Amino acid sequence: MPIDFLLNILVAGLLTGLVYGLMALGLSAIFGVMKVVNFAHGDMMVVAMYATYTLYTAAGLEPVAALPLVAAGLFVFGFALQRGLVNRFINATEHMQFLLLLGVAMVITNGTLMVFGPDARNVQLDYAFDSYNVGPLIVDKVRVIAAGVAGGTALLLAAFFRFTVTGKAIRACADNFTGAQVVGLHVNHLYAVTFGIGAACVGVAGTLLLLITDVHPHLSTDYTLLGFIIVILGGLGSLGGALLGGVLVGLSEALSGALIAPSLKSMFSFGLLILVLLLRPQGLLGKQA
Amino acid sequence: MSKKSEILSAKPISRRLFTGGIAAGAALAATGLPTRRARAAAPLKIGVLLPRSGHLALIGQQCQRGADIAVPLLADMGHSVTLMNADIESSPDVARTQAEKLIREGAHVLMGAFQSDATAAIAQVAEQKGIPFIVNIAADPAITEQGYKFTFRNFPTSPMLGMGGMSLFKDIFAATGTTPKTAVLMHVNDSFGMSMLKGIQALTPKLNLPFKIVETIAYDPKARDLSIEVAKAKAAGADMHMVVSRLNDAILMVREMVKQQYEPMGIISPGSPGMYEKQFFKALGKYSEYCITNVPWFDPKQEMTSVLGAAFEKAYPDQSYELNIGFTFEAVLIAADAYKRAGSTDSKALAEALRASNIAKRVMIGGPIQFDEKGQNKNLKSAAVQNRGGKPVVVMPKESAEMAPVFPMPGWKARS
Repeated sequence: MPIDFLLNILVAGLLTGLVYGLMALGLSAIFGVMKVVNFAHGDMMVVAMYATYTLYTAAGLEPVAALPLVAAGLFVFGFALQRGLVNRFINATEHMQFLLLLGVAMVITNGTLMVFGPDARNVQLDYAFDSYNVGPLIVDKVRVIAAGVAGGTALLLAAFFRFTVTGKAIRACADNFTGAQVVGLHVNHLYAVTFGIGAACVGVAGTLLLLITDVHPHLSTDYTLLGFIIVILGGLGSLGGALLGGVLVGLSEALSGALIAPSLKSMFSFGLLILVLLLRPQGLLGKQA
Repeated sequence: MSKKSEILSAKPISRRLFTGGIAAGAALAATGLPTRRARAAAPLKIGVLLPRSGHLALIGQQCQRGADIAVPLLADMGHSVTLMNADIESSPDVARTQAEKLIREGAHVLMGAFQSDATAAIAQVAEQKGIPFIVNIAADPAITEQGYKFTFRNFPTSPMLGMGGMSLFKDIFAATGTTPKTAVLMHVNDSFGMSMLKGIQALTPKLNLPFKIVETIAYDPKARDLSIEVAKAKAAGADMHMVVSRLNDAILMVREMVKQQYEPMGIISPGSPGMYEKQFFKALGKYSEYCITNVPWFDPKQEMTSVLGAAFEKAYPDQSYELNIGFTFEAVLIAADAYKRAGSTDSKALAEALRASNIAKRVMIGGPIQFDEKGQNKNLKSAAVQNRGGKPVVVMPKESAEMAPVFPMPGWKARS
C-alpha cells in the first residue's frame, strides 16, 4: 500500500475526527454538569444547519461569518429549552428525561420537515471544494477550518470553566449540587447557562458541518448516535475526552475503511465502543463514578 | 305541505303519458346516441397507488406529480380521466388493502406502485377482482411472469435495465473514440446496489466490454462522509469511475473527488438515480457537469415530451423532471388510450383494449407502447444521459440524441 495513500487517510481521519469531537463537545458539557443525556442533540445540530442555510440564502451570509450568530441563537434556544422544559424534569427519573428529550427531538425533526421539506439543502461555496497540497498530502480546506474551530472551541470552553466566575460556579454545581445550593448559587440559572453553552457548541458544529455535508430533517438520528459513541469513548462529561473520542472514531473509520472495507466503518466504531465499555466503562478520560 | 303529502297528492301518470314515455324511450334506445355519448363523457376512474409516505415518500410524491399533471394534458388531447389517489405508505400490505378499497369505491383501472413488492401485491388483487392494473414503475421480472391477465407493465424489468445500461458503454466509447481499459466501481450496499453489482459483474464479460473492473467499493447509502471511499477509488488508478448511487451520496462522492483532485476519464452510472436530479446540479454547480447516467429517459424527439416538460416546469419549477414523472405520465396515458378505444369502463373490455395498445406518440425513448402476451412492454430502451449546461441531456442512442457525448470529461480545474 503506497505510503502517501496511508498518510492521506490518516490526515482525513484525524480531521474528520476533530469535527466529530466538536459536535460531541456540547453533549459532553451538558451531561458533565446536569447529568442529563440530551437525546435532541443531533436535532439541535440540524436546527443550526438550517439556520446557517437560511442566513446564507436569505441574507447572503457565509457560514463562517454566520457562526457567531448561529451560536448565539442556539445559546438562547438551549437556555430557553432548559428553563422552560428540561428544568421541570431535572429531578425526574432518567427514563422520564429520556422520553422528554426524545419528544423534543421528534418535534424538531417534524418541524423542520414541515418548514423545509424532505429535500437535502446545502450552501454552495467555491472554497467548500478547495484543498491544500502539502507534499504528498491533499488536505481538505473545510476540514482544516472545522478542526481548528473544534480545537479553539474546546480551549475556550476549558478556559471558561476554569477561569471565569460563572464557569467555576457551574463546576461547583456539577461537583456538589447540595453544596452549591447551600452557598447560595442560583443552580437553575447555571444549569440553563450550561445547556445554552452546550447548544452553542452544537450550533458551531452544525454551521461548519454544512460545509461538509447537506442537511435534511432525518440527518439528526445518525449524529445523535455518533455523539453518544464519542462521549462514551472519551468519558461522559470530559471536554478533552469528547475531542479524543472524536479523533478515535475518525481514525478507526478511516483505517478500517481503507484497510478492510468502507461499508464496515460503523462496525469498527461500535466495536471500539464495546471494548471501552468492557475495559474502562467511565471512558478514556472520564472520572470513576 | 310535507314531502310525503306532496308525493301522495302528485298527479298520477296517465295511460297516455306512460305510453308516450315508453315510445320516447324506445326511440332513444334505437338511435343509441345520447346514452352512448353520456357513457363516453363519464371520466375513467384511475386508482393511483403510490408510496407517498414512508421511506419511499420522496419518489412516491414525484410519481404523483407525474399522474396529476397528466389529467389536464390528456383532457386537452380529448381524454377524460379522473384520479382516485391512495397512499400505500411504502408497504406492500397497505398497498393490498388500498387496492381493494379503490376497487370497492369504483376504480375502473389501477395504476402504481413504484416498489416491486407492493406492485406484486396489487397485481394479485387486480387479478382476483378482474380489474386492469397498469404498472408505472417496478422492475422485478416476476410481476409479469405469473400469467396474470389484467397486469400490464410499461417499465423495463431489472435484466432489461441492466442490459440496456451496460450495452450503452460501448456506444459511448465508439462515439467518442476513447476506450478506458480499467474501471473502479463504487456502489451503495443496499439491496438495489447489491443486485446492480451482480448484474454488472455478470454482464461485463457477457457483453465483452473493453474495460476491467479493478476495484469494487461498497458503501452505506446513508454515509456521512465518503472521503476514505474516494481515496481508495483514486488509489486504484483506474481510467473510469463507475457508480451505483442514490442522490445524497452521489453529491458527497463528487465533492470528495474534486477535493482529492481525483480525475478519471469520466463518471458513468450504468443505471442508478442521483446524478440527473435537480439537487445534484444545485449542490455541485459546475462539478455536476459531464457525469453520465444510462437509464430509460424522455425522448426529446417526441412532441409530447416538450409539452409535458413545459407543463411540469410551470407547475413544479423546483422539482426534477426525470424518468419517474415520464413513466407515471405514460401509465395514465395508456389507461386513457385504452378507455378511448374500448368505449366502455367494463374491465374485460378495458383489458382487451390494453392488450391491443399501440401508442407511438409517447414521452419515453423506445418503440410504440405494446404489450406482449405476459403484459410486458418490450419496446423500451435505455439512454445515456449526460449532464450538460445544468441539465440532463440525451447523448445516446443516436436517433434520440440532443448532443454528442463528451468523454473523457474536462478536468475539475478546467471548468468555468
